[in-house]
Amino acid sequence: MKLEAALLKKPKKRGKSDHFKAAIFLAPTWLLLLIFFIGPMILTLLFSFTNLALTGAEASQLRFVGFENFTRMFQDPDFRASVWNTIVFVFFSAVLGQCFFGFLIAFLMKEKNKTFRRIVGLIIIAAWVTPEVVVAFCWVAFLGESGTANWLLSLFDIKPIAWLFTFPMVSVVIANMWRGTAFSMMVFQAALDDIPKDVEEAAIMDGASRFQVIRYITIPMVKGTIATNMMLVTLQTLGVFALIYTMTGGGPGVSTATLPVFMYKQAFVSYQLGYGTAISFVLLVLGAIASLIYMKTLKVKV
Amino acid sequence: MVQKGYKVEKFIHYLILSILAILFLLPLLWMIFASVDPGAIQALKMPEKITLDNFKSILSETAILRSFFIGIGISTSQALLVVILCILAAYPLSRYTLKYKNSFMMTILFMTSLPMTAVIVPVFQLFLYLKFQDSLIAMTLFLTASSLPYGIWMMKNFMDSIPLDLEESAWVDGASIFQGIKKIVAPLMLPGIFTVAIFTFTGSWGNYFVPYILIQSPEKMPASVTIFQFFGNFGMVNYGRLAAFSVMYTLPVVILYTISQNFMSKGFSLGGATKG
Repeated sequence: MKLEAALLKKPKKRGKSDHFKAAIFLAPTWLLLLIFFIGPMILTLLFSFTNLALTGAEASQLRFVGFENFTRMFQDPDFRASVWNTIVFVFFSAVLGQCFFGFLIAFLMKEKNKTFRRIVGLIIIAAWVTPEVVVAFCWVAFLGESGTANWLLSLFDIKPIAWLFTFPMVSVVIANMWRGTAFSMMVFQAALDDIPKDVEEAAIMDGASRFQVIRYITIPMVKGTIATNMMLVTLQTLGVFALIYTMTGGGPGVSTATLPVFMYKQAFVSYQLGYGTAISFVLLVLGAIASLIYMKTLKVKV
Repeated sequence: MVQKGYKVEKFIHYLILSILAILFLLPLLWMIFASVDPGAIQALKMPEKITLDNFKSILSETAILRSFFIGIGISTSQALLVVILCILAAYPLSRYTLKYKNSFMMTILFMTSLPMTAVIVPVFQLFLYLKFQDSLIAMTLFLTASSLPYGIWMMKNFMDSIPLDLEESAWVDGASIFQGIKKIVAPLMLPGIFTVAIFTFTGSWGNYFVPYILIQSPEKMPASVTIFQFFGNFGMVNYGRLAAFSVMYTLPVVILYTISQNFMSKGFSLGGATKG
């Protein structure tokens, strides 16, 4: 009994000093996060209610303008266009494109020749590790007026297309798909490897067709991974800036201006920092909502 | 019959994969071919003769070399800082029973997914106010903070998989907590440490947005920003040099990933927590 009591007591005592030690271990992290992350997040909220500007008559005096930035924002057709662009960009390039191709490649790669797998995997991953700006350059060159894409088309007697001007959104969506597919592929490869072989084999023995196996066995077994992956790529794509900015600069007009690009233009080109932060606040809220849904569906254990 | 259908199916699989691989390779191929082609153009073409002139002309410019060293400096110090801070932060979260642990980890996970692009305006203001603009050190600290949440999350998961017994026996032998971390925990979780370091380095190396906004002097810009000088500035694009720069700029990351491929794959199995 005594021993038990002593054992029960011990962790409690340790707990107190643990809290002290933990505080020391976590102090630098807290400090940096407060200065550079949590602080700026709160400031984002505050600034979005001000007329903060870098130049012009308003630059000298900072004052609260209430919801002015937000009413202006919701009346701004460019803002509405950029929200729509963000949704289109994220949905087609990440949720549809990267997930679909990532799954397709991971699925087809199963039980294939080892060397072949390695070569294909390497090519896809090379696209992923390439820095965003270089990816943008590669695609500008690929889709340029005298670029590779038009050269390929000319083989079929098709006239050259000014991709970045005629189909700007399609261009950036394809470029982002190209870049991001490797991530989904690797996630799905790990998940598909976890499916026990005999389950699928048994289904085939019972006369199930290939598609029935995929539809009723493979996909349900990696359902959780699919959901998680969709959420992760959504969040990664929400903040994409350099790729779009380098390829199209958000244009022509505002046709490829997603929220980060629009925010950048308002804050650092037009120097309307207050308005810019109001836009980034919307971006933060979008990210926060997506993140909460993600944590909820993920049911993370810590 | 079954055997034949199976073979046809296999063939189709190989075909689709090959086509996809070629499509994925084409845009990259241009970069590689153009970098060694003295007469590089926008379209993909076989170089008539292979030369290293594009690389030579880039390497002879001190401004470009400097930007590479600055980039390496920023990314290396950021990766080091992130690793050290994350080990320190992950330790109590992995080893102690803390009341606020769950909510802390949840906050960390939540922050992981916020788009960093969104806080740049207040950070820019902060830098102006504190006279930090143009300071590479302050910018590195900001970048460090931005990769902490993800780093802590990964590091804690890696640390959880290391048994406590070894450490406890070290304590019995008179080692302090820090000695325990240095001599026992850190060596055992080396793959995890490398994963976090490489992730941080690559993210930082490719980051164009943050230095572009927080740094003003052209001579302090890292390689991720100076790459733009080949593009558009003078109307004509020098494709050969642009491609050569791109190859050199991509190389460090490719090398890092090739070295680390063996233990990186573990990071992609989203773990038991995701199956539900």
